[in-house]
Amino acid sequence: MNPPVIGPELEHRPTPPGKHARREDVKFAAGKIAVFQYGGVLIFLFLITGFWSLQVQNPQVYNEQAERNSIKQLPIPAPRGKILDRDGRVIVDNHSSYSLILTRENLKTEHLRTIAEGLNLDYDDLSARVRRFTSRPKYDPIIIKEELTPGDLAFVESHRDFFPEMELIPSQRRLYPQNGFAAHAIGYTGEISEEELDSPDFAKYSQGAVIGKFGIERQYNDSLMGVDGERQVVVDNRGKTRRVLANKEAIPGKDLQLTIDLDLQAVAELAMEGKNGAVVAMDPRTGEVLAMVSRPTFDPNKFAVRIKSSDWREIADNPDHPLLNRAIQAQDAPGSTFKPFVAMAGLESGAIDDQFTVHCSGGASFYGSYHKCWWKPGHGAVSLHRGIQQSCDVYFYNVGDRTGIDKIAFYANQAGLGQKTGIDLPHEAEGVVPSSAWKIRNFREKWYAGETISVAIGQGALTVTPLQLASAYCWFVNGGLWRQPHLVKGGKYREHSWPLSADNVSKVIYGTWGVVNEPGGTGVRAQLPGLNVCGKTGTAQLASNKFLAGKTGKQYEDNAWFVGFAPREAPEIVVVALYDHGGHGQFAAPVARDVLKAYFDKKARLAAARTSGRESDGELKIGRFLRFELPPSPAPPAPETKSPIIEAAYFSSDDGDDASMIRP
Amino acid sequence: MTRYLRPRDLDWTLLVISLVICGVGVLQIYSATRGTVWQEAWWKQIVYIAAGLVLMWLTVTIDYHTMMNYVAYLYGLSVVALLAVLLIGKQAFGSRRWIPVAGGFHLQVSEFVKLVIILLVAHFLTELKTEDLEGRDMAKIAGLVAVPMLLVVKQPDLGTALTYVPILIVGMFLAGMRWKYLVAIGIVVLLVLPVGWTVLKDYQKARLVSFLDPDHDPRGTGYQLIQSKIAVGNGGMWGKGVTLGSQTQLRFLPVPHTDFIFSAFAEEHGFVGVIVVLALYFVLIMQIVQNAQTASDKAGVYICMGVAALLLFHVLVNVGMVVGRMPVTGIPLPLMSAGGSSVLSNFMMLGLVNNVRLRRFVN
Repeated sequence: MNPPVIGPELEHRPTPPGKHARREDVKFAAGKIAVFQYGGVLIFLFLITGFWSLQVQNPQVYNEQAERNSIKQLPIPAPRGKILDRDGRVIVDNHSSYSLILTRENLKTEHLRTIAEGLNLDYDDLSARVRRFTSRPKYDPIIIKEELTPGDLAFVESHRDFFPEMELIPSQRRLYPQNGFAAHAIGYTGEISEEELDSPDFAKYSQGAVIGKFGIERQYNDSLMGVDGERQVVVDNRGKTRRVLANKEAIPGKDLQLTIDLDLQAVAELAMEGKNGAVVAMDPRTGEVLAMVSRPTFDPNKFAVRIKSSDWREIADNPDHPLLNRAIQAQDAPGSTFKPFVAMAGLESGAIDDQFTVHCSGGASFYGSYHKCWWKPGHGAVSLHRGIQQSCDVYFYNVGDRTGIDKIAFYANQAGLGQKTGIDLPHEAEGVVPSSAWKIRNFREKWYAGETISVAIGQGALTVTPLQLASAYCWFVNGGLWRQPHLVKGGKYREHSWPLSADNVSKVIYGTWGVVNEPGGTGVRAQLPGLNVCGKTGTAQLASNKFLAGKTGKQYEDNAWFVGFAPREAPEIVVVALYDHGGHGQFAAPVARDVLKAYFDKKARLAAARTSGRESDGELKIGRFLRFELPPSPAPPAPETKSPIIEAAYFSSDDGDDASMIRP
Repeated sequence: MTRYLRPRDLDWTLLVISLVICGVGVLQIYSATRGTVWQEAWWKQIVYIAAGLVLMWLTVTIDYHTMMNYVAYLYGLSVVALLAVLLIGKQAFGSRRWIPVAGGFHLQVSEFVKLVIILLVAHFLTELKTEDLEGRDMAKIAGLVAVPMLLVVKQPDLGTALTYVPILIVGMFLAGMRWKYLVAIGIVVLLVLPVGWTVLKDYQKARLVSFLDPDHDPRGTGYQLIQSKIAVGNGGMWGKGVTLGSQTQLRFLPVPHTDFIFSAFAEEHGFVGVIVVLALYFVLIMQIVQNAQTASDKAGVYICMGVAALLLFHVLVNVGMVVGRMPVTGIPLPLMSAGGSSVLSNFMMLGLVNNVRLRRFVN
């Protein structure tokens, strides 16, 4: 068989004539082969220099990069301590969830559309968010979704291989009660801000930490927070953990037990529904705050993750300032609720005695100006008891005039007015108790005796917060022992004492009993059958009312106060209600009455339950406020985080039950 | 031609070095694939090496002159096989390179076409009558090589197609190509390869490769190059130790048992290991060149030099890629990378070299 012609002129190869000829034949390329050899040497040298520069000259650069590839620090967030009520029921809980972040070292913009579709995010929003981050440092991850649903998690798990930029981080979310329940006392948490990082209080925390921003959450942040753990792991190219190098467990935050009674708080919240103002309930025997309400309120859950700007605007632009804790920040004239202190100052200083009487003809002149009594026809002959019971202004003008401003101010200060009570909440207001020294200090002017007349009926420069007023009444019913109001059980709290005559105290208390229980009393709306409720109404005239009326064209009513306490013989609870623009103190009285009733009803039920052995009867249905709205979470909260009260809240019906129990 | 072929006349230096390199490869394949779906690759590789040795001996037994007489058939068969690959081939990693044969083994035809190209070039140039290579003949042989090459590019497998080029260029160079052509080719090669390459920016390199071979690298050329360089640098002077390279073991390094096996090796054995293995490759290639120098005729020279050129090109491109000095073209490292077709064709090439060697005193 002849092979086909492939080369030029194919013919049978002639046998070389001899060894010599053959040698010449193959030497044809000797020089060129040498060129090839030199080329080979150069190529190998070229390759070796590559390894030299990577492995010998700067291996540490690549060691670091290899480590950065494979060694990851995974934060283990410490669960924040729960906040419990005085009976151990959970008010604020946590639940754990996952957030998705994009790491930008390996982010590919062409993946964004698929990621957005997979996670039900808006593509334009997502790409805008990614663009905004381009100026930030690379290690700053972009959080693109929080509270991942099981569907989201499945998407992330199944797409990890293709989109290595997606990374899941576990996070803890705070669960607050709904409807702004006790929101001002509890406060809220949020991501630490730049300014806070610079402040000494938060210096020990690092960027991205979630800290208490407001209320109890802020005040007790250090003990609630716990210490985050960290796990150092070796991961492969798919982000799977291959080995754990180091494991530092998280130290969970400590649970915090408040003095707040959920039942009382719920009743107070309900009583204030639709009103602006504040309620404070205190136990005079301990200084414990049993309930604290401020209205309008806000939903702390909106702050729990990262507040949306629209939500923030809504809160910040609200003219009623929902973030103001009126219980400790509203500074109002106490009006007639101050009169018992004027009476005490007069009696204790000896300026008057219990026989002191004046004639009220609807007004009186002092130092050249005429001061009206609120009751135009006049009260006629007024004694101490009637003066308090009917809140006769003329009687107290006289008492104040006789006692003098500095004596009044002394007793007011003993009662805790005009200074911060030191309650364990941030941003407390001081209030003002005017005195001659105060006037010189602030205005460099002498005090005029005529100014005392207004102060004697709780007006003038005098301002108090609802909490101060509550602590002042506690002082008074305790016979001169002042206790620092507080929200957390078991702390060390201040107290001071200026013993008052028991006789004087019981006379003034008798007057406040009359306010509620005798015909013609201003606080009869606070009556509770079978209970000796004492109380005092107050109406704070506001200079700002005229200003507001001019600005909004709306006529604003005066602020209404009511302070109630019971039982008369040995007071266990003092309730202060401030009803903004309520008109007259008598309209604030039902609020205080509801709380007092709830307190004594609960006490009676608990006593009955103890004798009958049925513990559960002692509880009110308060599910309406504590129905935690759980976002869809990948794993249901662990059983131990579910408190009985949350479970009860899920299953109890609240169709008007609450209201009907309080207003029979 | 009736002379009895004895194994002891084989080039044992060549064989021992080859087997040492194979051994290093098997060890590295074992280390890089532990606990993965490829964990059986190391003993499969041993089977391929054993089969390769048999094929090598078979290649030795047929006189290369006889082979060259049938080069036209071999060439025709190659073209048909490559066409078959395009039509019925098995698709994997975005290209069609394999045709199935018995026992679940898939043959990468383009690897064996290398042998045919070597024989083709040797045969064509041996039969030339002129002292220097004429432009006409150059065009002819280049055209003959271009046909299978384009078929391989079409698969697409640019890397393997490019390996045919050095066989042709070195052959033509030896055949007396005019210096002006050589210089022209040299300039083009220099511009496209190392010098030009290092001048280009990373993204330009990636674009160039993507342009030439768009489906080659779905996960990003840049990512592979970076991870490979990190792996090499991470090895340092002495290496991390067998099975201890984090880049390799945690799979940040792509395909650490095939195309990037030298990167895995460099991470686990360091600069010292790299020098040793590169020295082995150098000696291997120079030993083949030595066989060219002792060949009894022109055909033998062309065959040996074709094999040497091909291996040198493989080492340059694969190892250069590992340190980021060559584009990611995805060609295996001879004798080390896991893969049956590559191992078999490499041993057959060594067979060709021994074939020439055993017949150096014979006519």
